Amino acid sequence: MPWSMGKDSNVLIWLARKAFAGKVPFPLLHIDTTYEFPEMYTFREWATKEHELDLLIRINQEAIDRGVSYATHDPVTVTHELKTLALRAALDEYKWDALITGIRRDEDPTRAKERHFSPRSAEGVWDYKDQPPEFWGQFASRPPAGGHVRVQPLLEWTELDIWEYIRREAIPIPTLYYARDGKRFRSLGCHPITHPVPSDADTIDKVIDELRLTRTSERAGRAQDHHERNAMQKLRAKGFM
Amino acid sequence: MSALAPATYTAQTETDVGRLHVVVVGHVDHGKSTFVGRLLHDTESLPEGKIEQVKKACAAEGMDFEYAFLLDALLEEQEQNITIDTTRIFFRTKKRNYAIIDAPGHREFLKNMVTGAASASAALLVIDAQEGVMDQSRRHAVLLSLLGVKQLVVLVNKMDLVKHDAATFQRIETEYTAFLASLGLKAARFIPIAARHGDNVVTRSKVMAWYKGPTVAEALDDLVHVDNVAGLPLRMPVSDIYRFDHRRIIAGRVESGSLRPGEPLVFLPGGRSTTVRAFEDWPITKRDVVPTGASAGFTLEEQIFVERGQIAAHPSHAPRVGREFRARIFWLGREPLALGRSYRLRLGTQDVPAFVSRIHSITDADTLAATQGDSVPKDAVADIVLRTAAPIAYDLHHECPVTGRFAIEDGERIAGGGIITEEVSSSQTNGKGRVTPAERIARHGHGPAILWFTGLSGSGKSTLSESVERRLFDAGKHVLRVDGDELRSSLSRDLAFTPEARAESVRRAAAVAGLFADTGAIVLVTLIAPLAADREKSRRALARHAFLEVYVDAPLAVCESRDPKGLYAKVRRGEIREFTGISSPYEAPQDPEVHVRTDQVDLAAATEQVLAAIDAAVREPREDWEV
Repeated sequence: MPWSMGKDSNVLIWLARKAFAGKVPFPLLHIDTTYEFPEMYTFREWATKEHELDLLIRINQEAIDRGVSYATHDPVTVTHELKTLALRAALDEYKWDALITGIRRDEDPTRAKERHFSPRSAEGVWDYKDQPPEFWGQFASRPPAGGHVRVQPLLEWTELDIWEYIRREAIPIPTLYYARDGKRFRSLGCHPITHPVPSDADTIDKVIDELRLTRTSERAGRAQDHHERNAMQKLRAKGFM
Repeated sequence: MSALAPATYTAQTETDVGRLHVVVVGHVDHGKSTFVGRLLHDTESLPEGKIEQVKKACAAEGMDFEYAFLLDALLEEQEQNITIDTTRIFFRTKKRNYAIIDAPGHREFLKNMVTGAASASAALLVIDAQEGVMDQSRRHAVLLSLLGVKQLVVLVNKMDLVKHDAATFQRIETEYTAFLASLGLKAARFIPIAARHGDNVVTRSKVMAWYKGPTVAEALDDLVHVDNVAGLPLRMPVSDIYRFDHRRIIAGRVESGSLRPGEPLVFLPGGRSTTVRAFEDWPITKRDVVPTGASAGFTLEEQIFVERGQIAAHPSHAPRVGREFRARIFWLGREPLALGRSYRLRLGTQDVPAFVSRIHSITDADTLAATQGDSVPKDAVADIVLRTAAPIAYDLHHECPVTGRFAIEDGERIAGGGIITEEVSSSQTNGKGRVTPAERIARHGHGPAILWFTGLSGSGKSTLSESVERRLFDAGKHVLRVDGDELRSSLSRDLAFTPEARAESVRRAAAVAGLFADTGAIVLVTLIAPLAADREKSRRALARHAFLEVYVDAPLAVCESRDPKGLYAKVRRGEIREFTGISSPYEAPQDPEVHVRTDQVDLAAATEQVLAAIDAAVREPREDWEV
């Protein structure tokens, strides 16, 4: 289960513990771009102990050594190199049948078209033109030969659902989501391309009230989505979550 | 392109009671996407700047702005001007939250509509006022009836193109009402709209003052959640059994009814009963009941055998257990659903091989005409009888829908689904006269096959065939081994080792294998059979069955070093004179169906290699073998 330490990712851990009597019975994978906010590394250390996680950390060191960085490359390229390729390398190494991801339909129009169980070919490709049917709780649960299945339990949740659930269950999340000096992060990614939004929501109740009124999109502060037309579609077809 | 953000045009109110899922269906080009775009716009559900952005993009590409473009996210859709996949759009009225499931009308994308509609509480069906009721207007209603979507609102769109004529609207209403009635459906409303201009979507139309009913937004707010199955008996398919610590926790989701500690439970199929001891929740909470739709992990008073797939129920209201039932199915597979072929049936968490043992009728979803046939084509609906390889627990759909419906898997893909209409008792399956191969296939859930393992002594024929036998047996297949050495001490104990006697020995082994295959079994023959001519004779004698030659191949030196029976040692000591591979020839197969190099792959890989070949052979059984 990939873990970004973001709010959705932490909801996934919570759901896994609920589903498996308090234990997360599979390894977690952090694709470390080396551009995480310092608070996220602190949170990673704390949460790994708190949830007793079996945590794997992967970095695309080869790309970093090659000089791939936000200072010199565009965000789509860096995201592809440091996230997608690192994920692919981990998949090649461990040959997992399934990846449990925290993506949601309301985040992006390409994610809106996702399935709860979404097959990926051996090359990691998403065939979004020919997706399996799913109905009555029956899913495409058998991985294709050499490939894997993305299992996406939060698909149907909205951003507001996530926050209301975090409040109801008191799920630990990084404090970057709460306003400091009139700004807060609504979505978290690499620090050079993730921008805070103006906000005074410094408590969870205020965040929820704010979200009920907003008409801007959650990932508006994530530069790689907006770099070019259909950037997300191109990233996701190649294996980005 | 920026995201379609969750819509939040008004603060949550007291009457906001859970998100209602609504699917939008209808014939291609009747205006579904335009309608949804307009609905989002008029309920102020679009993100800031979205409409300006799309208008700008249209102007840049020299196209007229369409409301449908608000939904088209992927490049291909804009280019082909069709919606290619189901998508969810969240919006909100003053009363509550909605998820609109935008399902495509293009014929080949029916599976996306099924995916969307199966999770919907209600459907909006769009009909073009000018074109009237078309193929897909009917086809989609047929599927909605199968999928159990009972709340239906019909939108007669493009009223502007028929001069807002009330008589046109009423004609469509009359025609379509009669059609729906034939499916047991009734529309809650017919609403005349012009989605392009927003007439009767959210705002009441001024040009259709003759229409006194609600707008679409008002009609949506009148719909109710129909997911309520709480009044039904308890059905909890077991998804797993956890043994993380000293506890043995049964896990699953309550699909209908409710579950309480202290209640007796029966697990079907299998049928053992005990009592729920306690819920094992994390974090620790005090639940006295797990209601419909919630998941549960619990311990039992007695350690009875429980496994994934079983349905937990109260003994007084248990599901049926059987191997054959009648069902109405829809088929989405690339290949037609064929009588006699092996599929997998998934019902709850049960997953078993199954067979179509009868096709009563195939319904053309456009005309509703019933036809006969021995296969069900893609996108058709049919009335069939299914037979499973092992007993399963189920309900009739009208008694308990959640365990009265199933999916059918073809290979690794879900290719169809259906609802169970009738139990088929064994007396109904008793045919007349001689038992046919099709009946045997139906009983076993697979067709017969003969695998002829040939190779030198010590090449691994017995080890491999035993491993294959174990896997097939555990998977519920009818399988047995015919061992050449064993036949030598029984049926063929009168035979010597002359070339003639060896040929006769091979002939007898083939005859025995043929008899077992006639019963429908998968037969694994292990025999050195050194001469190609003898093996070829066997193949011809058994031509009525799928025949796979499995060449178990290892170099002589490797076989000799293994020497499991000490035979090579005896040969080298001169105690055996005629020995295949040393003093008498072994003619290796030139073109075997399976070639296993046991010196290069391990037993697990070799077993998989053989199983894959068997799978391909028995998936397409021949029904014409003569006994």
